[in-house]
Amino acid sequence: MSLLSAFKRPPAALFDDPAAAKQQRGPAYITRDLTKTYGEGRSAVHALRSVDLEITQGELVVLLGPSGSGKSTLLNILGGLDRATAGQVHFLDHDLTLMNDRQLTRYRRDHVGFVFQFYNLMPSLTARENVELVTEIARQPLPADEALALVGLGERLDHFPSQLSGGEQQRVAIARAIAKQPTVLFCDEPTGALDSQTGRAVLRVLADVNRKLGTTVMIVTHAAATAAMADKVLHFADGQIRKVERNANPAAPEDIHW
Amino acid sequence: MLGSWQVAPLTAKLGRDLWRIKGQAAAIAVVIAIGVMMQVMMAGLVASLSETRDAYYQGYRLAQVFAPVARAPENLRAELTRIEGVAQAETRIVGAGRVEIEGRPLPIAARLLSLPDFGEPRLGALFPVSGRGLDASARNEALVLESFAKAHDLKLGEPLTVTMNGHRRQLTMVGRVQSPEFLYTAAPGELIPDDARFAVLWMSRSALAANYDLDGAFNEALLSLTRQARLTAVLAAVDRLLTPYGGQGAYGLEDQFSNRFVSEEIKGLEVSALVVPPIFLAIAAFLLYIVISRMVQAERQEIGLMKAFGYTNIEVGWHYMQLVLAIAFAGALLGCGLGIWAGQALIGLYTQYYKFPFLVFQMEPSAFVIGILAALGSAAAGSLFVLRRLVSLVPAEAMRPPAPADFSRSARWAQGLTGLMDQLSRMILRRLLRQPWRMAGAVLGIASGMGLTLSMLTIYAGFERALDLTFQVLDRSDASVAFLRPMPPDALSALQRLPGVWQVEAQRHVPVVLRNGRHSHKSSLTGLGHQARLLRVVDDKGRQQELPGAGLVLAKPLAKILNVQPGESLRVEVREGARPVLQIPVVGLAETLMGAPVYINLEALNRLLQQPGRINAAALEIEPGREAEVYRQLKDMPLIAGVSLQAEAKQAFETLMDQGAGAMRFVMGFMAFIITFGIVYNAARVAQAERARDLASLQILGYSHSEVAYVLLGELAVITLLAIPLGSLIGHFLSFAIAEGFSTELYQVPARFIPQTHGTAALTVLCASAVSGWLVQRGLAKRDLTAALKSRE
Repeated sequence: MSLLSAFKRPPAALFDDPAAAKQQRGPAYITRDLTKTYGEGRSAVHALRSVDLEITQGELVVLLGPSGSGKSTLLNILGGLDRATAGQVHFLDHDLTLMNDRQLTRYRRDHVGFVFQFYNLMPSLTARENVELVTEIARQPLPADEALALVGLGERLDHFPSQLSGGEQQRVAIARAIAKQPTVLFCDEPTGALDSQTGRAVLRVLADVNRKLGTTVMIVTHAAATAAMADKVLHFADGQIRKVERNANPAAPEDIHW
Repeated sequence: MLGSWQVAPLTAKLGRDLWRIKGQAAAIAVVIAIGVMMQVMMAGLVASLSETRDAYYQGYRLAQVFAPVARAPENLRAELTRIEGVAQAETRIVGAGRVEIEGRPLPIAARLLSLPDFGEPRLGALFPVSGRGLDASARNEALVLESFAKAHDLKLGEPLTVTMNGHRRQLTMVGRVQSPEFLYTAAPGELIPDDARFAVLWMSRSALAANYDLDGAFNEALLSLTRQARLTAVLAAVDRLLTPYGGQGAYGLEDQFSNRFVSEEIKGLEVSALVVPPIFLAIAAFLLYIVISRMVQAERQEIGLMKAFGYTNIEVGWHYMQLVLAIAFAGALLGCGLGIWAGQALIGLYTQYYKFPFLVFQMEPSAFVIGILAALGSAAAGSLFVLRRLVSLVPAEAMRPPAPADFSRSARWAQGLTGLMDQLSRMILRRLLRQPWRMAGAVLGIASGMGLTLSMLTIYAGFERALDLTFQVLDRSDASVAFLRPMPPDALSALQRLPGVWQVEAQRHVPVVLRNGRHSHKSSLTGLGHQARLLRVVDDKGRQQELPGAGLVLAKPLAKILNVQPGESLRVEVREGARPVLQIPVVGLAETLMGAPVYINLEALNRLLQQPGRINAAALEIEPGREAEVYRQLKDMPLIAGVSLQAEAKQAFETLMDQGAGAMRFVMGFMAFIITFGIVYNAARVAQAERARDLASLQILGYSHSEVAYVLLGELAVITLLAIPLGSLIGHFLSFAIAEGFSTELYQVPARFIPQTHGTAALTVLCASAVSGWLVQRGLAKRDLTAALKSRE
């Protein structure tokens, strides 16, 4: 199975034309007055304060900002892992804030892929089985072998997480996330636990997924240099977006240094 | 060396850790507390009861040797006193009789005992409850045993109609008394104590002597012994002295009915005190092991940090050990407190049950020490395994996020099987196989709990079976009649002629001592007709055994006591009449669950005793509805010593089973259920905690609540299903051991394979599992997914 043949497969569930130019697409997410508060009264923590945002389908977005600035909170709410305290979140023509738990599960199952800093693989399953975990329940999955080949792990299919390096584990996590052909891929500090060389390889994979599959990719990171590869950069501080930058010519991950 | 300011933070951590796991810690402490409580309570009960019994015996001068004799001159007392080892000798008159109680259709068998006309008896003093002592000049006064008076609500001054030696007399009850000799009383020929159906009366020596024609003579000697006395030597000397006067064989206190019963019951408690607490402590140790091993796993970073700061292995290990010891110590203290409380609550009941007039309350101090040390020791032992792992942890490694657990080896174990499974099932199976010992531990724990429950259920069924066998299969009579002395066969025809009597069967009971080498047993032979229908002898398959021409059929437990097999023979020392000593072969074993009877063909018995055609008891089958009529007629037959009704005997047995040591089975049944539930719940909680991250990941990947619950509960289900057959097996064998423990010489509790009890026990475990599963899966819906991912391990 070659890498290319995987890319020729029919597109992900919601999109008719994943390879088309990003400018022609509509918004994937629109948020209005999005607010998230933890706790109450004097001890309340305002993680998000009235965030208005629009993410276009097929964009690669990088969220930058110091710890506690609200970027992970935004990611979790967009990903259906957490609920907003106030405001609205629209995904295509759905309102996430109106969904119950069952609908949110369905939403994650059909549209969302996650990659975390610490991989969160199932230690009891091999690389292939970890990916199959997703392909078993997805509507139009890539074959597990293909997804692993996409991240350059075609050779280590039957290894358990304990037998893989950190970078390899993260690539399995990415393969698992993209195998369902998600509409959006959320990555929370995907290179946080990796050395820079391995980190670049992982970013390469994310860029490929964005470019070749047309998947909207959102990356939360501390590493400001990562911004160079984004179509759009959101700068967070104190629960608000302070600045939005657009990149006409995103850099290749190989050219990024941190 | 650490200064105190450096220790403080660790101590604070200890406190917070304890608070964090408070639910589990409390559950484990309770299991420990139950173990220690049982230890303290039972040891306290045993100590209190033994002390009270001994004090009662001593304070009221209970004899240590009883020597019945036909008629011996009073001057023999001086000679008895001179026997080496004898401290005191007393003589008295003992007579059989019967008492008529108003409103009761049947006369009640009674024993009449003499008290000296003047002064206190040297042996066998009485504890006055109410009323006054006897007036030596009044010939018609009697003192009545408190328990009997209470059972019939007899008032002081109430007239009693008593038949003594065939003559009816009117007596007046002037006092109610208690006696250490009669803590338990049973109707003649019966083994099960029953306050209501056996009367004990004391009269003045001269009055009783007149009634039984024993002026200047006695028919029972009582002896107390010196410290150095050798019982067997004294018994032999007494027998030598009394044989010319019709001595029926002296016996020691351990063969005395009431004492034997009390001692058996205390022994039963003692056995429980030895067996039960260790079970709880072992389970607590296992639970602690699980909790601590999980905590050490989760706190790798803290451990690494402490080591990096320069804490030694011993200091870090001690920190976690303190946690274990704190839980164990708290449990032990709670157990001691509960033990004292339960002991005090129960001792009152037991005093009432044992009919002690006073109570020497004593908590066994060694029980506290043993309880606390055992709790700490077992808890520490359970955790040492974990601490070994902690020592091997390298600081730098501990500081890195935990590497994924290695499943490559366990995956190989079941490759064929997992090939057919979906990923979720694979996760379940591989996790179980990765730590086979832990799985085995959980399976074993649940299986033990189920085994305990099962054996208790089997014991309950055993009690039912004992009742059923005794009163439906073996004894099918409605009443049995005892005669005052051996009668010619026409006594039987007199009974047969009574209107309302359907059937009568002759019996003869002869007191004997059975010996086989150094094994001996005081018992009585039961002579039955060749094919008795009302009182049957049955083998272990439930078939009626015929009694062959000559030879004994022994109750199985008795054969065990005497270590004798069919085909061998026993030395039988008859303790009445001419007191012949016979050698009789054992020809069969009988299935009995109550007492330890010895059956023999009636004709053969009479031939051996050279008294053809004699009987001294009869079993009756009465036409339904005509019982009252029959009882009325029996009441007027002077040679009948007593009549016992099967229904009343059954009632007495049931009462016995539900009180005293028999009641302990309910307590143990309840504990067994608690343990089962505790282990299952703990297994589920640990699985949930250990898999929090995996389960959150599954939910994030889009698996639904029920699919995630499947991964969590599937593991519990596999463990439960594996535990059930093992629990069946453990319960099966455990029930035999426990049945043995519950069985006394008086009754045996049979343990048998009963499919229903296995089903019920399995169902109990499944219910515990379902409830635990439901409790832990509830948490899945509520939790914060991202927090679960960020949390350690």
